[in-house]
This record gives sequence, C-alpha cells and structure tokens, in this order.
Amino acid sequence: MAKQILRINMTDLSYKYEKVPSRWAKWAGRGLTSAIVAEEVEPTCHPLGPSNKLVIAPGWVSGTPAAPSSGRTSFGGKSPLTGGIKESNAGGLSSQKIAKLGLAAVIIEGAPKDGKWYTLVLTKDGVKFESADNILGKGMYDVDKILWAKYPNEPAIIGIGPVGEKKLSNAGISVNDPENKPGRYAGRGGLGAVMGARGIKALVVDDTGGPGVDIADMDLFKTGRKKLTDAITAHDLTKPGGALNSYGTNVLMNILNEAGGLPTRNFSAGYFEGASKISGEMVAEMVEKRAGGMTGHGCHPGCVIKCSNIYPDQEGNDFVSCVEYETAWALGTNCGIDDLDYVAKMTYQCNDLGLDTIEAGNTIAVYMDGGALEFGDKQGALGLFDEIRKMSPLGRILGQGVEATAKAFGVHRVPTVKGQSMPAYEPRAVKGIGVTYATSPMGADHTAGYTIAPEIVSVGGKVDPLSDEGKSELSLTFQAATAFIDSTGYCLFIAFPILDIPEGWAGMAESVAGVTGLDLSGDDVVPIGKEILKIERDFNTRAGFTAEDDRPPEFMRYEQLPPHNEVWTITDQALDEVFSWVNGK
Amino acid sequence: MKVEVRVFATLRRYLPELGISEPKLLEVPEGTTLDEIREIVGLPAKEVKVIMVNHLQADPENPAHDGDRITYIPAVAGG
Repeated sequence: MAKQILRINMTDLSYKYEKVPSRWAKWAGRGLTSAIVAEEVEPTCHPLGPSNKLVIAPGWVSGTPAAPSSGRTSFGGKSPLTGGIKESNAGGLSSQKIAKLGLAAVIIEGAPKDGKWYTLVLTKDGVKFESADNILGKGMYDVDKILWAKYPNEPAIIGIGPVGEKKLSNAGISVNDPENKPGRYAGRGGLGAVMGARGIKALVVDDTGGPGVDIADMDLFKTGRKKLTDAITAHDLTKPGGALNSYGTNVLMNILNEAGGLPTRNFSAGYFEGASKISGEMVAEMVEKRAGGMTGHGCHPGCVIKCSNIYPDQEGNDFVSCVEYETAWALGTNCGIDDLDYVAKMTYQCNDLGLDTIEAGNTIAVYMDGGALEFGDKQGALGLFDEIRKMSPLGRILGQGVEATAKAFGVHRVPTVKGQSMPAYEPRAVKGIGVTYATSPMGADHTAGYTIAPEIVSVGGKVDPLSDEGKSELSLTFQAATAFIDSTGYCLFIAFPILDIPEGWAGMAESVAGVTGLDLSGDDVVPIGKEILKIERDFNTRAGFTAEDDRPPEFMRYEQLPPHNEVWTITDQALDEVFSWVNGK
Repeated sequence: MKVEVRVFATLRRYLPELGISEPKLLEVPEGTTLDEIREIVGLPAKEVKVIMVNHLQADPENPAHDGDRITYIPAVAGG
C-alpha cells in the first residue's frame, strides 16, 4: 500500500489520511519535513503561534527489513530558537514504527481551543486523542514509564518535558530508546516548544498490524543493503570493537583537545586540561570499574554501529544514556567541569526536563562567563537545573538558551549563529566547520556538514583544519550529502565508512532506489541534497534572513584562540559563495 | 632528545600501562621520524590514521624535535 500522510488538527481534534502529492513523492525524512514546512508554514509566522506546524517523517528506508542503522526520525517546523526552518532528527523507537504504519509523514497543526493537553495514540486504526492530565508536568523518565505501563506492545513514545510545556526555546523532543528511557532527542532548535504549542505532551506510536513498508525492487534493495552493511562492519571506525562501538562519539574529546579545537570555558580556549577525565575512554573505564552500564549500546533496533552508552552511577546501577561527545563537552569542557559523574547528572536533568544538551551546556557556560558562577563550579551548575524545574525567572531565562542568557547577564562572547549555539568544534581552529556553522540553514550545527571528517580525522580525505583554502566548497559538499542522508532514515554515522569505501556509498543509494523505485545512484546524492538545501534556504529568505545571518559571532574575529592563537579569517565573500547558486548571485 | 608520546582510543591497548592521556616519555636520537617512534612504542602502522605534533597534523616521515608532544590516533569520528 502506498504511503500516506496523516494530518492531525489539534483545533478540532480531528485527523485524516491523505495521498502523498506527486510533488512530495520523492521525499522522505528531512527532505519531506522541509518540503512540507516550506510549503505549508508561513515563514514570517510566530513559531509558537497557530500558523506553525510540527511535521514528523521517517526516512526512505526506515521500517524495511534489516536496513542497517536506519532508525532516524526527522522532525520539522519553524524554529523558536533560530526563527528559520528547522529539521532535527533522532534515533530511538519512533522511525521504524511510524514507517510500518504506512505513513510518509505526520503533520500536526492547530491548537486545542480549551487549552487542554493531549496524548495522541497512533495505531493502524487511526488516532485517539486522550487527556494528558496523568503525565502533565512530569519529566520524561516518568512519562515514558507511565505510557509503557498504560499502552501495549512497547510503543514508541515521542514526548516533551516540562520545558516544552512552557514553550521555552531550548525544548527538545524526546524519543524513547529500546529500554524505554528518554535520551534520544531531536534536541536542536526548540521543536519541543512547537510540539507544546500544539497542546501535545506525548505521541504513542504502536505499529502492531500496520501495513509495513512496500519495497519496489527487493533485489536492488538487498544488493544495496549488503554493500552498505559490509562497509559499516569493515571500516575501523564503525566495525564491532572499533572506536565508535568501544568508546562512543566521546572518543573525540581527547582528539579535539590534541587538535587544539576543543571549545573550552565558553569558547575562550581550544584546549582543556581536564578533557581526559570526561572522555569516552573514561566512560568505558567507569563501565568496567563499576560493573554497570554499558558501552556499545544501540539507540534503536537494528543498529550495527551501536555508539551509544549507558553510564553507571557509583553503585553500578544504570543511570543515564547517553554521555556522548557533544553532551560531555557542553556540560563538561565548555563549563570547565571535569567530573564525569556531574556531567552524567546534568545529562539526566536535560533528558528529564526536555532540554537540548548542547544548548543547555552553552547556556551555563555563558552564564558563567557573565560572572554569575565560577567556571568549574559543578554543584552550582547542577543546581541551575532546579531553577529550570521550578520555572523560576532565572530558570526561564536559562531555558531560552544562549542568546537570551547572554543578554540577561551582559555577555558579549556569544557563540551562536542564527540564534543557535555552536557545538564541540572551534571554528577558529577548524575552519571548515565554521563555514558550516555560519551558512547552514539550521543555525550553528556540526551535523549539518561535518567537515571534521577530513579536517581532523582523515576520513573522506585529508584537509588542513587551519587553512581557509577551499572550505566553502568542502562545507557545501558535506551539507548536501548530509541533507540526503538525513532523508534516508539512516544514521548520519554511516557517512564515515562510505566516504572511504565507494561500494558502501553506492550501496546506500541503491538501497534507497530499491525501496522507493526512484532512479538514483551514488552520483545523485549531492545534487538531491542540494535540492533540499535550496528548499530550506528559500524558506529562510522568505522569513527575512540575509547574508548577514550567515556570519560567525564577532568575537571570533578579534579574540585569539589558544593554543593556535588563531582568529576567524574566512572572508564574508567566501561565506556568501557557499549558497550563491541558490540566490543566483 | 626527549619526546612525549600519547595514544588514544583503540591504540591504548598497545601501551596499557598509560593512563588516559598520560604521556610515555622517550629519549630518541636526533632526527628520529614519527614513523620510527611509532615503531619503537609498538603501534601497528595500519592502525594509525592520524599523527599530531604539538596540536598540528604531521606526516609519518617528519622528524621529531626535542620536547615534541606526539599523538597517535586511530580511526575515530563522532558528532
């Protein structure tokens, strides 16, 4: 059966199934959420008002048998944090279940007239609108537990914490993992607030008896799937027992430190003396020493990379998943905190309250930079989450993210682009990633065009991180390839092996062609990705963005970053070249 | 001359006596290359993907200098 669009109207609590219009038929995942948002959401609307929508879409291959690491769900809407288009994707249980219900996308619009909160239950029989009174005000750990106890078949739970209920701009959307814990977040850009503005606390997705996913050409799908799986399991980085499987993404903490590109104490240095104490190697040591938790944890069924972890508490009990690189960096390094237990406690708070860990850590760092707290004050940092939970005036400011906090505390060192704060790579020490931060339609986002691969770790080529040369083209190529992969349902980390192993790259494209019947090969990945970027850039232009929004923050132009003592040197003209093909300049 | 050698991630199993980010202190003759130092500390060439010296990328054939901070890195990435 052909996939359908499920349109849910929260104003009159109704829903309908629609045919996928031919103009959207080629899209899935990010490509589809962005196409729908660009067409149906007024770009100048208020992100929390009635004109915004929340769009949810699995990828092309999600829900197909044994497609490796294919559990990403895309969430789209207009971002309260950036004011632009937003696609944020997450692992967990939701992607495969939504796909197996025969859905290309779920579009949620309107808001309840009575101001009540709802839990939406999606099954093969349709949508039930149930009161969310039993979970309102609760953190995501309780929400997931209560909803699994209430509903059968271990459903996917897509939910928001208290921060999303209050519609603060750093609210993420949680998806439960295979152990029914929160921690797989579509974290960036405040889409949790967009979900809250629709009056929805949680979506329960049960695919039991659903039609499943049609596969147009099973032989081609199987051929592509095998090539891709072989590449993932052969590459030193992604194979079983490789770096990602053994240490998770936080294997990068020491590496970026060695490269002098680890943003430290609110982007005032590129080297942190305490990095090793909160690194992936230390997570693995804690798991072994405390005989609890685990490394090599899969965030969704069918993952063959398994880069997640479960961090144990001091008694060896499973405590929180997942202490990944960005999280340990944001809540640790960037706040001058080198205590892994405190990083884990703050991660738990983010997961429970419904906060993006990157923005949350950066917010605390900016608060510290404003003199309200000493860098390294781990007790003080942890205490800030109580303020957010209480929704005190301070907590509400912090829940709005970096730019609001910087204004409230008089800080000029504000590491944001388009209102969204930078992740764990310093643009002054790794220039290509700075181009991605500056020009991505999503705001500062490392996953949008991960030039770190060739600039730091020699994956997909080798490029000097400190050089300005060729970085516009490098960033664009990575941004385009990423937009494609974000549409597949595959985890972005498949990019690492297939950048080095051409058969894997071809296999990815063939598996998509096999499922969809689209005529595409590996050569089409970047052109199709550029089509998606164009849709997103057009939306932002209509929302009022100009070239001036494609700039890194001013302080990076005059504050030298140790140890390289570099400033940002890439010209505005070079930044404008990245998307000149969209604007026709 | 004296150099500091650090190894990370999956390469740590070849120098298990070192704590995380703890350097191995070596005394080697002037002109010893980074590849020769790799051999001395017992790291297989095929498992070393990146070499850094004093926070900058370096090539295996480069000679080391007195006081260098040398880091051998396997295939890593993340995000």
